[in-house]
Amino acid sequence: MTRRDRVARHASLNERLVFEKGSPGRRGSDLSAADFPRRELSELIDDELVRDSIDGMPSLAESEVVRHFTRLSDWNYHVDLGLYPLGSCTMKYNPKVNEKIARMDGFADLHPYLPESLVQGALEVQKRLEECLAEITGMDRVTLQPAAGAHGELTGLMMVRAYHESRGRGRRSILVPDSAHGTNPASARIAGYEAVHVPSNAKGTLDLDALDRLTNPDVAGIMVTNPNTLGIFEGEIARIAERMHAIGALVYMDGANMNAMMGVARPGDFGVDVLHLNLHKTFSTPHGGGGPGAGPVAVKDALAPFLPAPLIERDGDGRCRLDDERPESIGRVKAFHGQFGMHSRALAYILACGPNGLREASETAVLNAAYVRSKLEGAYHLAYGAPTLHEVVFSDRFQAAHGVHVMDIAKRLIDYGFHPPTIAFPLVVRGAIMIEPTETESREELDAFIDAMLKIARECETDPDRVRSAPHTTRVGRVDEAEAARKPVLRWRPPAGPAAN
Amino acid sequence: MRYIPASDADRRAMLSEIGKNSVRQLFDSIPDTLQLGRPLDIPHARDEWSLLEYFERLAGLNRRHAVSFLGAGVYPHRIPAIVDDLVSRSEFYTAYTPYQPEIAQGTLQAIFEFQTYMAQLTGMDAANASLYDGSTALAEGVLMAHRITGRKRFLCARSVHPEYRMVVETYSKRLGLSLETVGFLDNGRVDTEDLGGRVDDDVAAVVVQSPNVFGTIEDTFALAEPAHRHGALLVVNIAEAASLGVLKGPGMTDTASRRADIVVGEAQSFGVPMSFGGPHVGFVATGRERVRQLPGRLVGEGRDRDGNRAFVLTLAAREQHIRREKATSNICTNQSLCALMSTIHLAALGPAGLRDLALENVQKAAYVRRRIASETPHRILFDGARFNEFVVRLDDFEGTWERLLAEGVVAGLPLVRWFPELEDALLVCVTEQHSMEHVDRLLKGLAA
Ligand SMILES: Cc1ncc(COP(=O)(O)O)c(C=O)c1O
Repeated sequence: MTRRDRVARHASLNERLVFEKGSPGRRGSDLSAADFPRRELSELIDDELVRDSIDGMPSLAESEVVRHFTRLSDWNYHVDLGLYPLGSCTMKYNPKVNEKIARMDGFADLHPYLPESLVQGALEVQKRLEECLAEITGMDRVTLQPAAGAHGELTGLMMVRAYHESRGRGRRSILVPDSAHGTNPASARIAGYEAVHVPSNAKGTLDLDALDRLTNPDVAGIMVTNPNTLGIFEGEIARIAERMHAIGALVYMDGANMNAMMGVARPGDFGVDVLHLNLHKTFSTPHGGGGPGAGPVAVKDALAPFLPAPLIERDGDGRCRLDDERPESIGRVKAFHGQFGMHSRALAYILACGPNGLREASETAVLNAAYVRSKLEGAYHLAYGAPTLHEVVFSDRFQAAHGVHVMDIAKRLIDYGFHPPTIAFPLVVRGAIMIEPTETESREELDAFIDAMLKIARECETDPDRVRSAPHTTRVGRVDEAEAARKPVLRWRPPAGPAAN
Repeated sequence: MRYIPASDADRRAMLSEIGKNSVRQLFDSIPDTLQLGRPLDIPHARDEWSLLEYFERLAGLNRRHAVSFLGAGVYPHRIPAIVDDLVSRSEFYTAYTPYQPEIAQGTLQAIFEFQTYMAQLTGMDAANASLYDGSTALAEGVLMAHRITGRKRFLCARSVHPEYRMVVETYSKRLGLSLETVGFLDNGRVDTEDLGGRVDDDVAAVVVQSPNVFGTIEDTFALAEPAHRHGALLVVNIAEAASLGVLKGPGMTDTASRRADIVVGEAQSFGVPMSFGGPHVGFVATGRERVRQLPGRLVGEGRDRDGNRAFVLTLAAREQHIRREKATSNICTNQSLCALMSTIHLAALGPAGLRDLALENVQKAAYVRRRIASETPHRILFDGARFNEFVVRLDDFEGTWERLLAEGVVAGLPLVRWFPELEDALLVCVTEQHSMEHVDRLLKGLAA
């Protein structure tokens, strides 16, 4: 049966848009109106500001809504189903109990503007999380306001700028390694900096000579990802920090890869001045199909005055209070108190693991990656020979010789039941295949993945067309992304008839 | 550790297969001097039940039994059970960004539906796949207006939520943008005369919020004209998206000069728990000709190899992973699951349910406001039309506030924290969630 037949026949594979479903008059939600005297709407709101109808909005019964989204859910791959080795994203298991905790009465229904005396439990969660993150990173203070990694980067860089300005000169540029995540240079620009690219050396790490050449008094700091996006620890980090500090510049660390070293090494002990963490990576909060995450920023004391306001302070009696009196603060980066629902989950994870569990998580993450690396080396081209930690980056060089590219390998892996690794990143590797298994995968799951990767490597030689035309097992086949971008259709509109609204 | 499958035997076997003696050896690339060499000083591991006890105790410290009339950007609305049930499906919440469309059609189609709902509600052509929240969405809207116009001066109503304004300030300062504020009138609306006098050809955009932070509904159509006369854009922020169940979206006019150019907002009101202020879900919407200037992800409709309809992330050439420092925004991870909550809630509401919900808010808030005016000594400020919030100036603020608090009623948000001239003023929010008993308790406390 071809894919087209399958899609045409099977109702659950053929779910239309919600806008194409339902029928006027159906209801998925009733509200029994309270009993109190009402006025004509026109007495309350000027007629010309009131809308007549909500064109194009569908009417469905509750049961239909449930079926619609349940069917959609069925088309997703997810961590609870299997290995999701998306490099740089740390797709680890998301503990179920954390979901329960975030939804507790008293957390989920809590308004952020309740008086402090009525939110002590929530502030305690945040304060405790801050304290744990400071210890794990070896830093002094933490803000939980940023909403994700990139937001943390921006916050950290604004603080770097505020630090320099407080010393008289904002400086102009930030050094960003060419292996860095795209958010790094993008954040630097929004913080008002020019991003200056630093090439990596043949070992895949920062090139100290290049760094020296690029270093000048206009450099405000460097953004280092450690371990870097190749999974390699920047062993010269302490020396890099010394050189930066010698010219008065600061070291920002992208902590997206903290899962490689919890309890093993701390950025605060190797010269880092400011870093962000991704709670949705290292600290197991669910990725939610693309978010929400959370991107706390940790700093050394020298940068603490510039942290976003407010900060949570503990008073002598142990009570928490929001401190808004922070004259040197960069200001707010988000309304309210950050992504609280992620904070409670991350704290639950840390408290479930304890010091030994966190170290065990990092050790196992590194072991699993080393195991995958050793089993795939030979079949796939290892981009860099240096030792790696929690992830490993191969390339499609061997397969490209047969006309098969990284995208094909990724799609074929789907047929074997796995989510593909991160591909085409980092940019320093042509045809990158970036694999991060995480610690929550069993040896059997890793073996099955390795087996699939090895089979695909063989198929590239024996039956390259099969790989190039993959995936063969999914509801939809390969999507023409270029065509979709040429004439973007970003919303549904009612067929023919007048345009919605 | 219960989340980690590897047993000691597994570890030994795997180590020996890769030719290592110990786990420690795996970390040889981290210089000894940089290794911690001691256990982390954090609390010891808890089992599942002691973990639950710990958090139950903390959750219990939060006074959830208080009746609260707080709004100001975070709104207490009813959420049907299906929302949490559906977003609790692993298929949705344990997936990540739909980079591989063949195995992410569920997330992609749902986001496409979210984009459509936001476009329909705002009356704009297109909306993005979400931003962190309303406040950062407003900051992104301002940066977008700067990109489009090349201008650096912004006129922002003081009646835009002050924490949103602070976020915009934080973002814009470093890019050399200037943010000037425009005052408000006695009815709570933007001072159009002040505004009209200050818009000139240097202004990138006029930034307003409707309903604004006092709950007053602005006539965004009238505000668009002075901005457009000078080639400036109108950026409208909608912090209470449920208002769009009864109010026209800022794009809903056939007269181009009266239409907003960029509409940003916060969709928390649709199915997202208050959760102490986050995670919520921001969005940005605009006209067809400007979609390439939008920040954040976009899902588009396309075709697969066999010609089937399929959804896919699109216009990625705007984004950081392709354009790096030239991207329209640095955002990567967004608020996908919260966008899904809103989509499910809107699907359940349908047009009739959304209308009922909005009208219940308008009517109930107006009713409570009338009763406060007639039954208590306190004075209502700002007589402009409103959705579900209004402002009341208390006689004897301290006494009244404390008395209500002692009765377990948080009567609203004291506005003096942001507006020194609004001493003793309280922003009160009434939604469908407040029962008549709650209302009576508020009235009793205010009247006493
Ligand atoms: C190395 C690295 N840095 C930064 C980010 C940005 O984090 P976020 O997506 O949470 O904004 C990511 C992930 O997406 C990453 O992998």
